[in-house]
Amino acid sequence: MIRATINNIEVEVKEGTTILEAAKKAGFTIPTLCHHPDLKPKGSCGICVVEVEGMPSLKRACMTEVVNGWKIYTNTPLVRTTRKTIVELILSEHDMDCPTCIKNGRCELQNLATMLDIKDIKFKNNEKKKKRIDDSSVSIVRNPNKCILCERCLQVCSDIQTVNALALSQRGSETIITDAFDVGLGNSVCVNCGQCTVFCPVGALYEKSDIDKVWDAINDKDKHVVVQEAPAVRAMLGEEFGMEPGSLVVGKMYAALRRLGFDAVFDTNFTADLTILEEGTEIVTRIKEGGKLPVITSCSPGWVKFMETFFPHLGEYLSTAKSPQQMFGALSKTYYAELKDIPPEKIVSVSIMPCTAKKFECQRPEMTDSGYKDVDYVLTTREIARMMREAGIDLKDMPDEPADEPMGQYTGAGTIFGATGGVMEAALRSAYFLLTNRELQDVDITAVRGMEGIKEAQIDIDGLKLKVAVAHGLGNARRLLNKVTEQLKNEGKSEYHAIEIMACPGGCVGGGGQPWGSDMARRARRGETLYKEDKSLPYRRSHENPSIKLIYERYLEKPNSKKAHHLLHTHYFKRSIIDGKVINEH
Amino acid sequence: MNIVRNHILISIDAGTIMAGARAVEDALVKELIKYGLDKEVSVLETGSLGITGRGVVLVVYPEGIYYANVIVKDVPELVEEHLLKGRPLKRLILTEAPKRTVITKEKTGLLKEQPRIVLKNCGFINPENIDEYIAAGGYEAIAKVLHNMSPEDVVNEVKASGLMGRGGAGFPTGLKWEFAIKTPGDEKFVICNADEGEPGTFKDRLILEGDPHKLIEGMLIAGYAIKANTGFVYIRGEYGLSIERIEKAIADARAYGLLGKNILDSNFSFDIFVKKGAGAYVCGEETALIESLEGKRGHPRNKPPFPINAGLWGKPTLVNNVETLANIPEIIRNGADWYRGYGTDKCPGTKVYTILGHVQTPGLIEAEMGTTLKEIIFEYGGGIKDGKAFKGALIGGAAGAFIGPEMLDVKMDFVNLREYAAALGSGAILVMNEDTDMVDMLKSVLHFFKHESCGHCVPCRLGTARLVEIIDNIALSRGKKEDIDNLFDITNAMKAASFCPLGQSVSLPVSSALKYFRDEFMARVF
Repeated sequence: MIRATINNIEVEVKEGTTILEAAKKAGFTIPTLCHHPDLKPKGSCGICVVEVEGMPSLKRACMTEVVNGWKIYTNTPLVRTTRKTIVELILSEHDMDCPTCIKNGRCELQNLATMLDIKDIKFKNNEKKKKRIDDSSVSIVRNPNKCILCERCLQVCSDIQTVNALALSQRGSETIITDAFDVGLGNSVCVNCGQCTVFCPVGALYEKSDIDKVWDAINDKDKHVVVQEAPAVRAMLGEEFGMEPGSLVVGKMYAALRRLGFDAVFDTNFTADLTILEEGTEIVTRIKEGGKLPVITSCSPGWVKFMETFFPHLGEYLSTAKSPQQMFGALSKTYYAELKDIPPEKIVSVSIMPCTAKKFECQRPEMTDSGYKDVDYVLTTREIARMMREAGIDLKDMPDEPADEPMGQYTGAGTIFGATGGVMEAALRSAYFLLTNRELQDVDITAVRGMEGIKEAQIDIDGLKLKVAVAHGLGNARRLLNKVTEQLKNEGKSEYHAIEIMACPGGCVGGGGQPWGSDMARRARRGETLYKEDKSLPYRRSHENPSIKLIYERYLEKPNSKKAHHLLHTHYFKRSIIDGKVINEH
Repeated sequence: MNIVRNHILISIDAGTIMAGARAVEDALVKELIKYGLDKEVSVLETGSLGITGRGVVLVVYPEGIYYANVIVKDVPELVEEHLLKGRPLKRLILTEAPKRTVITKEKTGLLKEQPRIVLKNCGFINPENIDEYIAAGGYEAIAKVLHNMSPEDVVNEVKASGLMGRGGAGFPTGLKWEFAIKTPGDEKFVICNADEGEPGTFKDRLILEGDPHKLIEGMLIAGYAIKANTGFVYIRGEYGLSIERIEKAIADARAYGLLGKNILDSNFSFDIFVKKGAGAYVCGEETALIESLEGKRGHPRNKPPFPINAGLWGKPTLVNNVETLANIPEIIRNGADWYRGYGTDKCPGTKVYTILGHVQTPGLIEAEMGTTLKEIIFEYGGGIKDGKAFKGALIGGAAGAFIGPEMLDVKMDFVNLREYAAALGSGAILVMNEDTDMVDMLKSVLHFFKHESCGHCVPCRLGTARLVEIIDNIALSRGKKEDIDNLFDITNAMKAASFCPLGQSVSLPVSSALKYFRDEFMARVF
């Protein structure tokens, strides 16, 4: 143990503890800006400097480990003036249109200026140039005028996601964060995962909003607007309204959406169950008939583009099943339209997602199997919360209401799609049944749960040792798939039968469309919420869902039928690692 | 057998090449053939003769007469007068040429003698000829080390010599080597920092151009001492001739078995590779240099860990400046006690300076530590040009300090200058006469920092940008009184919270300029 004093308060901490953590233990919050608990400290802002007795220069609290016997002071005159000067320097460069900024009220720079009691900016900057806003991407907008170069987006894009779509360019005060060749994120390898928007402390990175288009559709009397919500949204939307992280708000969410004016409120969890039937059948068929193994999941659109760009040779291993969002979209304009006798061209299909990549997915040209654009608009959790706030709807005040039929019913297997490992767990619950015609008794497959980057499990199905792996976060996915690629190359086969990949750390509960200010701990709590809901539901296996049985009876015949293939399955492309554009079809 | 009666040493360095040294050399050879003197007079290439800004410079031995500003048209007259008729050509003689002595301090009759340790061979031997280096005692030190000394002996000898890092910070070299030898690791690296970027500094370039083998020998000894087998010379990309010469020297040393496996039949293997920098000043900072060497953007790393513990590719890495390493062979050859015979107690040895600005004889000199600034400017540098008065100097490049006339008697060494809140830094001495506008000087220093800030940390990135705006206003006499306070507010924050020495050092030129020349600034703010 190491003993030190912080502002004369004694603390005892483990070796390797940073000054920041030690100060917290002593009851002092040292202000930070570039620091984020999920990222390696880079020390770019210098806000967290403190004085250490006997040291010639100030130390960065975020990246300096406490040394035994140190006397640390966090609020000396030198420390205080230095911090204020740094904040004033940042503000001298910053685009300060706070009231109209997307981050107003949730901005870490704004909070810091308040915390440090900044009253004036001494330094005038008359040469402030307006930089071009990059809105080339369908998912993400980048406003360099707001950027404070904390490099968090770079770190998450490079170190955690290993996409490397963003990089520093130029030097000194000209430095900007941009994509390769500065051609815009929409023309880059960016996979639209949106983690950069979650980590950005200010309003420099955010989703491209479709709020206005959705309002227009709702207000158009001629349109029938249906809405679906992804599994993870019910575990995070509450945070936007000040509720405890991990609050489960299913019924309130339905009620609020209904009050916003959606004509039918369904649930993506329904098509999550459907995905399991399609994908599970595919896995079983490939195992039985000696098809391509491992089967790799395809519901995360960030992952799909990542695969198309960096692992195109694995395209034929991906399940051809569409994501639940796109299955829902296709069915909303076919099955539902026919059932309700509404002309499909009058249906507007909206989805609420914890995800920015879903905005990209819904506009892929092949996602039109209904004969129309299957999903018209995707809103992130943050966007739907903004709509609700504008409409004067506070989620906390909502009653619990049910979803509409026939695409609202779901099982526990559907809801855990939102957490890493959930798709695999749900698939195993049904694959067991499809292979043996018997039910898996213990449906809690805990080996694939949790925040470990790469997880493995093996279940014995009548002698068949089914080995699966789960990776979340694209860096982990890259590690796992490098291994699989090696195995396929050297041994002709992989040790795994099935692999689940989610682009975002934590799975969809950690998606790029989640509320601002999240960290890994919060992602984990949301995941736990989904597992709790799973446990509480009457049905926990997708094939038990009565509405799913009904849709096969009424419309799709059976899993992987011709009709199901037409509406619910897709294909993949090879993409350029220069600009992410399609090179050719698989 | 030929008896050569005259040797002409012509300086072939980056500066003289631009002035036409190669053409002058060709003309000399042709002219000598014309008169049938080519057997009696030899023309030899060498590195810098220590004189810069004077066109093509050459020296004729045995008379030791320096000629400067020689152009091709002068050659027939020079050969006819001096070499045929034996009458030195007065109009081209450089009367104020700096005197030089080799280590022995023998007097040869010019202006001011220099004790030459680092520059011993510069301007004497042909840097492109390994045999000349060997004939001058080269590679004796590595032989001694490999056969008579343990790595610990070498480290102890360097420690005993009191050598301090010549890159600017003055950290004790022996101590650094001791850390390196004590750090466990099966693979270690030696990096020579030849990314000389401090404005006004070109000593490393002239060492590399004038005596590249000395650096190789220094790196070999360092490699042996810390048990490394690979060395890198990270060299400024603009230093074309230095790169050419160090690369040739490495190839020649390899051919002689002085680099590679089992050097001189010992168990020690070592090789050196050259990596060109791309022109960022910050890459002279050792951790940014390492990032760049790894192929990344040149951003500094956090310390600790220091490179000595986790440097290049995370391995223990010793980073030393060119001049530091060039001191090593002589220290080993002659011993630490001999070395301590030069300089001061706390700062033994010599320092290589580049003197430039408004001096009579700008150039490269080597002087003992503890030499006063007055001696350097007025004796080595020949005083102020055009009969003007001395106003001030900028010592140590942009990251250095301005000083006024009251500082002329200060003894120049790492320790002493610290007491005056100045720094020896890179050894650049920029001399300014009475006509110099100090606001303008500080302005160009601050523009330099704005341009060279890497952009990683807020204090430096935005601090330099705001400093430039403020000083530009003051220079235009549009400044306000609070601008002076703002200069200090910004540089104080930069000193306290900049990520690396680049930003931290900006406060030195600002505070020193305002200390010695405050009136000039106050006259332009309202």
